[in-house]
Amino acid sequence: MATRHILKHSFWICWKDLAEFSRSKIRLIMLVLMPLFMMVMVGFIFPSGNSIKDTPVALVNQDTGFNGTTMGTTFTTQLEMINNNTHMMKFSTAQGYDDIKTKLQNNEINGGIIIPENFSQNLMTGKQGYIIIVIDQSNPQVSLTMEGVMSQVISAMGAQTAAHTLNVTYHVSSDIAGSIITPFQPEFKGIVPGEPNYFQFVAPGIICMVVMMALMTGLPHAISYEKDIGTLDGMLVAPINRLSIILGKVMAQTIRGMIQGFIILLLAIGLFGVVIEGNILLVIFLVLLTVFSFVGLGILITSFTDREETATMVMMTLMFPMMFLSGVFFPLQQMPWYMQDFAHFLPLTYATTAMRKVMVLGAGLDAVMLEVAILIGFGVIMLAIAVPMFKKAMSR
Amino acid sequence: MPTTTQATTKKFKCPTCGTVETVTGAPGEHIIVICPSCQTRGKAILPHTATHAHHKHGDAAIILTHLKKKFGDFTAVDDVSFTVMKGEIFGLLGPNGAGKSTIIRMLCTLSRPTAGSATVAGYDIVSQDSKVRQHIGLVSEKMIMYDDLTARENLALFGRLYNIPEPELKQRINTLLNFVRMEKWADARIDTFSTGMKQRINVIRALVNQPEILYLDEPTLGLDPQSTSDIRGLIRQINTEQGTTIILTTHMMTEADMLCDRLAIIDKGNIVALDTPAGLKKLVSGTENTVLEIEIQNLTTPMITAVKTSPAVKSVTQEDETHIKVQVLGPNAFDTIIDLLRKHGAKIALVRNIEPTLEDVFLHLTGRQVREKLSENNHSTGGPHGRRRRRAARVR
Repeated sequence: MATRHILKHSFWICWKDLAEFSRSKIRLIMLVLMPLFMMVMVGFIFPSGNSIKDTPVALVNQDTGFNGTTMGTTFTTQLEMINNNTHMMKFSTAQGYDDIKTKLQNNEINGGIIIPENFSQNLMTGKQGYIIIVIDQSNPQVSLTMEGVMSQVISAMGAQTAAHTLNVTYHVSSDIAGSIITPFQPEFKGIVPGEPNYFQFVAPGIICMVVMMALMTGLPHAISYEKDIGTLDGMLVAPINRLSIILGKVMAQTIRGMIQGFIILLLAIGLFGVVIEGNILLVIFLVLLTVFSFVGLGILITSFTDREETATMVMMTLMFPMMFLSGVFFPLQQMPWYMQDFAHFLPLTYATTAMRKVMVLGAGLDAVMLEVAILIGFGVIMLAIAVPMFKKAMSR
Repeated sequence: MPTTTQATTKKFKCPTCGTVETVTGAPGEHIIVICPSCQTRGKAILPHTATHAHHKHGDAAIILTHLKKKFGDFTAVDDVSFTVMKGEIFGLLGPNGAGKSTIIRMLCTLSRPTAGSATVAGYDIVSQDSKVRQHIGLVSEKMIMYDDLTARENLALFGRLYNIPEPELKQRINTLLNFVRMEKWADARIDTFSTGMKQRINVIRALVNQPEILYLDEPTLGLDPQSTSDIRGLIRQINTEQGTTIILTTHMMTEADMLCDRLAIIDKGNIVALDTPAGLKKLVSGTENTVLEIEIQNLTTPMITAVKTSPAVKSVTQEDETHIKVQVLGPNAFDTIIDLLRKHGAKIALVRNIEPTLEDVFLHLTGRQVREKLSENNHSTGGPHGRRRRRAARVR
């Protein structure tokens, strides 16, 4: 009987919150726009491996040639041919190292390639030909990609040259030349179809994050705001259980968060080609579990803060580290060990990991059992602390 | 400083030897009695309502016993005891920060007393708070309404929190809307209403559960004169038609005078007087404050001097060429003065008895004026009273 009343009252409070929310057009528009912006933003600002296009690079050919042959020119021609297919770089010419330096400082180019004057001589006299790649230390992402791409291009060109030499000098047929020059050839294979892409990586995390944000900002706002404008008193003088108020508010915020989560999911599938490999029901379960694990924390902060402004500030302070340290945007493995250890105290880490396993790798419930257990545990502990605190705070 | 209106008595029976002793003192006063025969010490609490035989009903609706509320080391309500009878309109009158709202909040179960106790509709405000909540309605200083919802939705939402069956609730809402002539606006959103309309809905919102006891915290604050008079009419109607016990706070003397059957004057968390408005005024007029305004067409200085020297006159002030204001003492003062003036050939055009206002009562009791101006001055000079006021505002 009592439980039925608590549920009934919380239903009406939830209805009230959602009705209020839905009456504001701007809030409804933002409900859709926020996840869209989020997805577009993270999808495009973080580069995936092959996303670099037409990076301006200066090319300096100082090769003086040897015995009438200039290997430098052959090299640049080949380089340009490869680049015509990939469009990774956009070449311009420069006078020398100092010129490249100036251009880098002026941000005209992102890197430079110098073929030194003894390039042909070295190659023709049985030595290795060095190529100098100038990188931009102020732009680690681009220079990292440059390094990788240039190494690849140069080794491919090297193999080509070697095959040619083997064929001409030692009469090795070009078919088997490859196995002599590069006997080991790696082949990359995923456990699910498709190439790894950044959307695939980031979408599960963003779903968890948006649900967390909706709850963590929405809940204190919903309660502190009503406290500030005095309407909360109306509920507090009614003969209802205090739990109904929290429950109603949590339900309303959960629904709001879930709607945003699903908008992201749909955008990810429809616009960004993300594929859900796992069970969609398991995905929904994980979203709900994320909500559950954050409810307690949200209520706890609401109980501690007296005004809406304070609540929002506390939430922001807690939320930002969580967003960036929980492996939503960057893999945990990229972080130093102490940060990785710290990330293991954040529930969002487990939510994101579990969601990623299920969505991207098609894992089943048994594979995410540990994460599920931790999230449930965190939620239960937080609620056990938060609910009595809230009840106490409501009757000061 | 006199703190009470009339003396009251109580018979005290010694618990040891049975001697009966009559104790005299102020209503609500605690008196340590020492038995004349056996020297046993005992405490007698004088009744509050002993001298008021004119209550509409005999039963108590609200009983406060030594109610006290502290916020940190600031005492907002200091040992307040009084009884509100069923069917009464009881006023709490005092300047801002006197502790009126804090008393209301405690009686609404929104705030827990630091010490003392109170029963509302027969239930204890702490141990039986949910029982209390079933019998009360609150019209708070801040309106308890959601701007984005319609009038009907607001009423329905709160009605549902009281478990009123839907068909009955629907009917009640219609009756209440008719009662305040708002049926035409029932399905318009609150944010489209004027302040006066909002307040009418705000008042009937508190009536949706048909409370036995209605709390009104500054119900006419910020309303225009027309709406103020509307709301006052409404309050009287609720009281007479439905027999609802009403306890209202106000800092406006006229409002208390117009509405209240009895009222308590509160200053700095203490009750300084408790009586009917007429009784409170008598307190002033019975002593020094009967003021006569006399218009004499041929007013001369000797007439003024003659009046001044009369033993029945306390002071005389000349208002203009034809008017004097005379503060008189004693029951026969009126005759004496008229005779005296006639003897001097005065042509008396008009004699008006300026009735004392509750403002005079407050001034008489506290030596201070209720006016906002006074407290504002204190505020800006940062005097001890001003500091206290600010704290009170913060902790509320």
